[in-house]
Amino acid sequence: MKPEKEKYWSPYAAGFMLGLVLLATFFLMGRGLGASGGVMRTVTYVVDKLDAGHVDHNPYFAKYAGGEKNPLKDFLVFEILGVIVGGFLSGALAGRLKFRTDKGPRISVRGRWILAFLGGGLMGFGARLAKGCTSGQALSGGATLALGSWAFMMVMFVAAYAIAYFVRKQWI
Amino acid sequence: MFAPLYKYGYFGFETSLVIAFALGILFGFTLERAGFSSSRKLALQFYFRDMTVLKVMFTAIVVAMVGLLYLNLADILDLSRIYLNPTYLYSQIAGGVIMGFGFVLGGYCPGTSMVASAIGKIDGFFYVAGMLLGMFIYGEVFPSIQNFTQSGYLGNVTLSDWLSLRPGVIAFLVILMALGMFWGAEVLERKFSEPPEASQQPSASPGDAVPASR
Repeated sequence: MKPEKEKYWSPYAAGFMLGLVLLATFFLMGRGLGASGGVMRTVTYVVDKLDAGHVDHNPYFAKYAGGEKNPLKDFLVFEILGVIVGGFLSGALAGRLKFRTDKGPRISVRGRWILAFLGGGLMGFGARLAKGCTSGQALSGGATLALGSWAFMMVMFVAAYAIAYFVRKQWI
Repeated sequence: MFAPLYKYGYFGFETSLVIAFALGILFGFTLERAGFSSSRKLALQFYFRDMTVLKVMFTAIVVAMVGLLYLNLADILDLSRIYLNPTYLYSQIAGGVIMGFGFVLGGYCPGTSMVASAIGKIDGFFYVAGMLLGMFIYGEVFPSIQNFTQSGYLGNVTLSDWLSLRPGVIAFLVILMALGMFWGAEVLERKFSEPPEASQQPSASPGDAVPASR
């Protein structure tokens, strides 16, 4: 099929806009953006519905949903709902709404799905270990010059470059 | 000083959730416009073929960082009321390594995976499913690794504290570093990137295609 050339904003323009959104968040809320925290709360909500006792007895889950706490009543949860809507809007306006799988030419669609699942699993785990992901730690923590956030960001980039060669068949 | 507005009581918690939703829309929209709904585009960063991730991230960090310092200087925003991520050095470094591996393997990060899923990327769905499981596993495993997850605690420390340089000086150094990286990124992209026609190769899943709305 004929490869399409997608029209995206210039990276610097997009980065500038993202910086303004981040700044607006700080200005309004006194905190930055995030993502993984909202997802974690959603996971905890489901676990709590299935087995509230289990949540109460696990110190990590209990932090979000122990006792009567509602993990969904939180800035990040509403923010990521917005992220999904915003992403959808942008895709819709640009004609990018389509069920498809991104991958390089040397891997199968199934293969890509498996690696996406594994990668997602690693990231889900790693994001909570780091207490944030690229949004909460790298972007927000980066802008506020938090030491741990910068360390996280640098290490993440190095690790990604280090492993890239070994999974190059997936992308190039 | 009257900002951050929420901390000065301009609106309450319930309103803040609406604001969160609105900011999220802007965030998600911008991420998609930057091309971050494409795992391949994101991953090519790590093959030096598409440096968009670096450019977007560091431009955003610099803009927000400078904005915060300026608003503070102009007596508009109280920097001391801005939430600072506490540093748990070893836990965060370990998390960073795992996320670096996960990024290249999965092709997304948590935020971008949701944007991708929102526009129908099936690999995004699988990534999100994996992410949900990974987070659940973290919760389950947490009691046995609890001490490690809090290791290297240094409190609310910044680069400014660590290097004993004023925030303004740190910001200046960060800007220099960003400019250097942008210049390097342009050079690397010119050297390694594929011709424009070859760089976007999404593959449709047969029987699943939904006509793109125009």
